[in-house]
Amino acid sequence: MTAVLSCTNVTKQFGSLKAVEDVTLSIEKGARHALIGPNGAGKSTLFNLVAGTLRPTSGAIMLDGVDVTRRSAAWRSRAGLAKTFQHSSLFLSLPVADNVAMAAQRTSGQGMSLRRPAHRLPGVDDVVAECLAATGLSGRASRPVSDLSHGERRQLEVAVALATRPQLLLLDEPTAGMSAAESGRFAELIESLPGDVTVLIIEHDLEVVFRLAERISVLHLGRLLADDDRESIRQNEQVQRAYLGDARPEDLFHPAAGL
Amino acid sequence: MTSDLGTSSRTDQAARPDTGPARGRAGRAPRLVLAAALLLALVAVPFVVPSDAANLLSRILAFALLAVSLDLLVGVGGMPSLGHAAPFGVGAYVAGITAKELTALAPVQLVAAAVAGAVFSALVGWLIVRVRGTYFLMLTLAVAELARTAADQWDQVTGGSNGLVGIPAIQVVPGGGPLLLAGFRYWYVLAVAALGFGLIVAISRSAFGRSLRGIRDNEDRMASLGYSTFRVKFTAFVLAGAFAGAAGSLWTVQSRFVSPADLGFNVSAMALLAVVIGGRGRLWGAILGAALVIFIRDEVGAQLGGRGPLLLGITFIAVVYLLPRGFAGLRLHRPGRKDPA
Ligand SMILES: Nc1ncnc2c1ncn2[C@@H]1O[C@H](COP(=O)(O)OP(=O)(O)OP(=O)(O)O)[C@@H](O)[C@H]1O
Ligand SMILES: [Mg+2]
Repeated sequence: MTAVLSCTNVTKQFGSLKAVEDVTLSIEKGARHALIGPNGAGKSTLFNLVAGTLRPTSGAIMLDGVDVTRRSAAWRSRAGLAKTFQHSSLFLSLPVADNVAMAAQRTSGQGMSLRRPAHRLPGVDDVVAECLAATGLSGRASRPVSDLSHGERRQLEVAVALATRPQLLLLDEPTAGMSAAESGRFAELIESLPGDVTVLIIEHDLEVVFRLAERISVLHLGRLLADDDRESIRQNEQVQRAYLGDARPEDLFHPAAGL
Repeated sequence: MTSDLGTSSRTDQAARPDTGPARGRAGRAPRLVLAAALLLALVAVPFVVPSDAANLLSRILAFALLAVSLDLLVGVGGMPSLGHAAPFGVGAYVAGITAKELTALAPVQLVAAAVAGAVFSALVGWLIVRVRGTYFLMLTLAVAELARTAADQWDQVTGGSNGLVGIPAIQVVPGGGPLLLAGFRYWYVLAVAALGFGLIVAISRSAFGRSLRGIRDNEDRMASLGYSTFRVKFTAFVLAGAFAGAAGSLWTVQSRFVSPADLGFNVSAMALLAVVIGGRGRLWGAILGAALVIFIRDEVGAQLGGRGPLLLGITFIAVVYLLPRGFAGLRLHRPGRKDPA
């Protein structure tokens, strides 16, 4: 079985800084995989390399066994990859529903259609309604994005990504800025996704990480420190040190924090 | 003015809700009634005003079609062109040459001009839409200046700096008489301009129009969603060029004369002024803007002994300070009111 995503010796250098260094990683189809690591570890950079918004300095990236290292972000999106942005990247002057419709109309091949009014595209409104309901934004459909709270914008990021009907979903700190209730709904939403959808999530909230992910990779100073199942990562001393420096491990993996 | 359009369009747009294609149906019926009443009034114009006024209105309508096509590019697509007079002038020349050499039939001239505007825009747009911001401004400006120079130099075809003269009056149907009266000419211009506005509004409301707004707001995100942003921008550029070319043919119908100045920076700047006065991205606002610009230049300016350009400058400054969102911004403050696009 080929991996949905595989990175081979991927390095990204900004000037003298190696933001991502020699990362080799493989994700199976249908996996729920978390990527964790301290601030500046290179997590978002790795996501950008996978999504195609950045090109690696060296190394190769494969999606479904196809080398996509030289492919554009748009190409990878059409191949079934969707990414949410750590810093929300939305269409600020448009209503919430149009943000989601933007994704849905492209996915249904109607993004260039001049034939009928945008609000009468077959199949698009259903997807929009569904994605908004799933993220709790149904009541906000006709509001401009600028009216949304920070947490709501985070939800909208997820709704836009879902509307592309992705096979591989990359979520960059989706719950940052969400309330506890929003965060809980988000976790439920991810759990409810079809089993063949692969989810890779960057998350600082370890409660969410241990709830959603079966496997966890840890990035530290651009390097892959560990890549293992949930329990092994929890026991891994190296990981605890990387995360906490000299602080006590209990602060990080507190019993209340998940399992 | 250039830097204002180049740098602030994104933030400006971000500040106001643009309900765009997802507009609700409430509030639409009164607008339709209003549009129908306005159209009727415009149709009735030749019965009540002297021919001078009908000529002025013809010029306004032709220029308004140019301004609305530019708004599709600038306001909806976020591509501030400083050279929209180029496809307009190309259309005007092609319509004039078609009239002189081929046929007096106006619909043929119209189609030839629209195709010429589209082809011209496709040739230059292939490169231009690949750049953003200041580079876009500079390239559009440079291309239009080149086109103006070409029109000035190419004596055998364009009549050079003397302009293209001796353009016959149009016929609307084969075998019909030439339209010599200002009123009939005006009706033809009105019909074509109304059709043009209708088509541009339909484009703006289509799925493609939504994609274009997406690119205006956040081009990188559009690429991440799988759009070929080049295709969207290129198509918009070509469509805007086609409508500008059509507007050029209307201009020729009215003036029966084309000169290199019709491709000049003055015309581009005036069209941009009309868009800004009307409120970017609001299409119908550009019609009002065009009416004001032409009226000030041709009527008020003439009364003041050629101080039209100065007056336009003052108008521009006043609008920027008093109505930062143009005419269209006037009604935004009414809560619950949906905006047209
Ligand atoms: N475009 C860039 N140019 C230069 N340096 C960059 C660029 N993007 C990221 N970096 C640097 O690369 C390193 C990794 O950044 P990255 O955003 O990938 O970290 P992260 O793990 O996502 O951190 P956080 O948890 O804070 O989001 C940081 O030191 C950052 O300053
Ligand atoms: Mg990050």
